[in-house]
Parts: sequence; C-alpha cells; structure tokens
Amino acid sequence: MADMPGTIEAEKSRDIRKRWLLSLPALLIILVASTGPLLIVLVYSFLTPGAYGDVQWLPSLDGWIGVVMEKDIFDGTVSLADAHVSIFMRSVMLSLATTVLTLLVGFPTAYFIATRPEKTRELWLFLITIPFWTNLLIRTFAILEIIRNEGLINGLMLKSGLISKPIQMLFTDGAILTGMVYVYLPLMVLPLYASMEKLDFRLVEAAYDLYATPFRVLRKIIFPLVKPGVIAGSILVFIPALGAYVTPSILGGGKNMMLGNLIELQFGQGRNWPLGSALSITLMLIVMAALLVYVRNAGSQGSRHG
Amino acid sequence: MAKTFSIRRQRGFTAIAMTCFFALYLPIAVLVFYSFNAGDSLASFNGISLRWFTKAFQNQQVIDASIRSLQIASFAAVVATIAATMAALATTRTEPYRGLTLKYAFINQPLMIPEIVTAVALLIFFARVKIWTGYSGLGYLIAAHTAFCIPFAYLPIRARLENMDLTLEKAAADLYATPWNAFRYVTLPLLWPGILAGFMLAFVISLDDVVITEFVKSAGQDTLPTYMLGQIRRSITPEMNAISTLFLLLSVCVVTVFFIVNRKRV
Repeated sequence: MADMPGTIEAEKSRDIRKRWLLSLPALLIILVASTGPLLIVLVYSFLTPGAYGDVQWLPSLDGWIGVVMEKDIFDGTVSLADAHVSIFMRSVMLSLATTVLTLLVGFPTAYFIATRPEKTRELWLFLITIPFWTNLLIRTFAILEIIRNEGLINGLMLKSGLISKPIQMLFTDGAILTGMVYVYLPLMVLPLYASMEKLDFRLVEAAYDLYATPFRVLRKIIFPLVKPGVIAGSILVFIPALGAYVTPSILGGGKNMMLGNLIELQFGQGRNWPLGSALSITLMLIVMAALLVYVRNAGSQGSRHG
Repeated sequence: MAKTFSIRRQRGFTAIAMTCFFALYLPIAVLVFYSFNAGDSLASFNGISLRWFTKAFQNQQVIDASIRSLQIASFAAVVATIAATMAALATTRTEPYRGLTLKYAFINQPLMIPEIVTAVALLIFFARVKIWTGYSGLGYLIAAHTAFCIPFAYLPIRARLENMDLTLEKAAADLYATPWNAFRYVTLPLLWPGILAGFMLAFVISLDDVVITEFVKSAGQDTLPTYMLGQIRRSITPEMNAISTLFLLLSVCVVTVFFIVNRKRV
C-alpha cells in the first residue's frame, strides 16, 4: 500500500472506490428485492390483465383508467367508479383521523414521559417501546378480542344486562379507526418524545415570569419548539396508516376496505394485476407527496432553529 | 393551593398519559389472560388451565410455521446485518462524495414505500422468476426479508459509527496495523453494540412481518404470523391467544435485551 506514492487525489478516489465496494451488497440486495420490483409494477400498470391473473404483454391504459373510472361491461360507457372513490376517501379520512387522534393522545403522553425524572423516564419509555416492537398482527388481534360480538365489551354488557343483544362494533369504520390508533400510537409518541426531551424549560420559565397562562405556554412556547417532532410523528403514522392492510382486513372485514385491501383484491379474486399495479403506484405517489411536505417542513424548521 | 407550582406541569396531561398507558396494555393483558382459559371461547372464563398451550405445542402446523419463521428471521437478520454494517462503514465518517445521497436513498427505500406496494411488487417479480428458474423454495422469502431488514439494521450501526471518530483507527495504522487488523481489533469491538442492536432489530422485524410474507410465500410456506392471520380470518379459539402469548414473550425478551445493550453504550 505504502509503495504507491499517490497524491491526495488518488488516495481519495481509492477511498471512494472502497466505499462503493463496501456498500455494494446492501445496494444490490435492495435493488433486487425491493426497488427493482417497484419499477416492474410501473410497467405492469400499463399492460392488459391475463385471464388467470398475471398479464398479457399488450400495452393498455385500462389499469390506470380503472383507478377512478369504471367501464360498463354492456355498453362500454365510462363513469366514475364510486366504489374506488369511496375507498380512496375512506383511506385518506381514516388515516387523517388516526393521525389526529394519535397526536391528541400522544402529545400529552410524550410530554409526561419527557418531564419525568431521569431515572423513571427510561421505564416509561420502555413501556411505549414494547408495543412498538410487538407484532402488529397480535395487537390487532387483541383489539378484535375486545370489540367483537363475543368479545370483552359485549360480553360484559350482556352479562350485566345493559344490552340484550351484542352491539355490532366489528367490521365498521370505527373498528378500523380504533385499531389503527391503538397500533400506530407508539409511532407518534417516540418522535414526539425525542423532540420534547431536548426542550429548554428555561424558555417556559421565562414565559411564566411574563405572566403567561399554562395554556398559552403550551401553545406559544412548547408547541412551536416541538413542531419538528409533531410533523415527524404525523408522517410516521399517516404513511403506514394509508397503506394499512392487516388492521383493516381483520377489523373492517370485506365491506369496509381500505386501499391496501383493494390492491390485494386485484391480485387475488379480482385477477386484474394492471389495475392493482396502478393502484399501488397511486398509493406510492400519495405517500411520496406526504414525504415531500415533510422534507420541506423539516428543512425550513432546521434553518429557523439552527 | 397545596401543590407546589411546577413549570413543567400541564393540566390533564398526566391523566391522559395514564389513560394512554392503560389503554395500550389492557387489550394485551386481556389477550394473555384468556390464553389461560379452560373454556372453549372468549365469551366466558372457566378457570385457569394450560390446555390451549398444550394444544398449540401439539399442532404440527404451528410448529412448522414457527420453525420456518425462525429460519427466515435468523438467515435474513444475519445477512442484513453484515450488509448493513458494510454499508454503514461506507457511508459514515467521510466527506460527502458523489453518490452518497443516492446510497442513503437506496438503503432507506424500503422504509419509505408502503409495505403493501413492496409486497405486490415482489409478488409480480418472484412469480416471473419462479417460472424462469423453477425454484420455489424459501429463498424468495429470505431475499425479501433481508431487503427490508437492511434499513433497520443500518440505523443503530450508523448511529454508533457516527459517534466514533477515526483517531483510534489512525493510531492503529500508525503502528503498522494492516487495514484488516485495524478493523478487526479496533473498529469491530467498538462497533459491536451497534451491530448487536441492528441484528436484534432486524430479527424482530423479520419475525413480525405479515404483509410481504403473505404475498411472497408459496403454498405451504406459512410463517407464524401468516398462519395466525389465516386462522383469525376463519375461527378463533383460545389456542390463538396461547400462540400470541408465547410470541409476545419472545418479542419482549428481545426488546429487553435490545434496551439493555443500547443503554450500556452510553
């Protein structure tokens, strides 16, 4: 090595080449088993569905048209696909509602953890982290057990004579919302906590010295300072909620579908892979738009607070 | 007011936080509680018994699915951790160079795209590959799991590396250590907690995965989560609770170890 009397430039380019070699395995694996296939989805969205799933290699825009429109099979007229539009709306509304609710519950919780003494803080944080790392399917199942007709709530109310027959809670939008708030709550609390932990309470003290009320302190001091955490948490909840598959399929049943279930349907019984592909790309675009908003916000926040 | 005024206090926040913790753990507690039910359903609790655990342990499908889950998770987590460690070494402690941002984007890509989209993409892609090669083993699941585990393994390793400066490695080089020896005896021991944390994250993430596995698996390749999903959709007996309880126990163990490893490094 030392016998190569390379200049600093040569040294540098050798270092960079070494760094490319080192990162090659990770890049290749992700390219083959993640990014590459995404490009294939894009191609598939412009093809014609095969009779038994898969595709025929005939270019067609029907997949994309099918995202929001539907073709009448008898006279070929095209109209707005109400079913798809309502699933889109439901997905966006439920995801937004999940984001807002997790924020309303998560904000005070993160604040509570951040204001504990050092010693106990770790324990509280640990309690939030455990659900975060336990299986999402199991947590959804836990909610299912509570709200289904033979579940805990109905069981208790029937026994106590409050109701004579079970209230249908499962397979409703409310059930999906409950499940998603429950499942995604830790994703909101953790980034909120991360930014609250750094909160400078001297600013809060200064505000109180100037006769601010606690609510005003919250609104004018604390909230603006932890806003990056609020945005990060909202994005972290909104994105998986929008693409949710497990929670709506268990708690929403076949009728209350979200986008993830609609996509799955096209690759299963629907046998319309191009439509499923077009829907997937659409979902991806919405997510990317949300991420872009995040990046821009995070950028401007960063420059303001140094 | 008897209470001393605290600038940190916000009215009602503690109550909400307590409700939140309670609500987070109540469903899990109920789930675990009913796994010890002697009766047949969740409608009533008929005394404590371990019969559903016994039943789960005798269920060949559950055993097969668990073994498959562990195989995939171990394999994927090991490969992902090695790849992520190399990638972390290649992307930290350097001046920005051309392609660095691209690398970040690539490594984090699986985190940005909704899982269902990746699942669909892999279904399409692997369906083709299966036809071309005729191979339909666990390799597809392992490849898919490895890919989405890499960003999770990468996170703690990168964080750890960024807190290490190059002084020690440079000192080793000054003392005529070969690059490999410097890595082996200086970098690796210091980086070890990060690698371990990354491995555990990757392992848990792989073990928990439902969506991608559900789409990629061939017939007879159920992992424990996809087996459970199938059962939940059909009929539910407390056996499901027993399996969930055991699964939870495993997750809690891994998370606890993760927490301890992470804490020691401070």
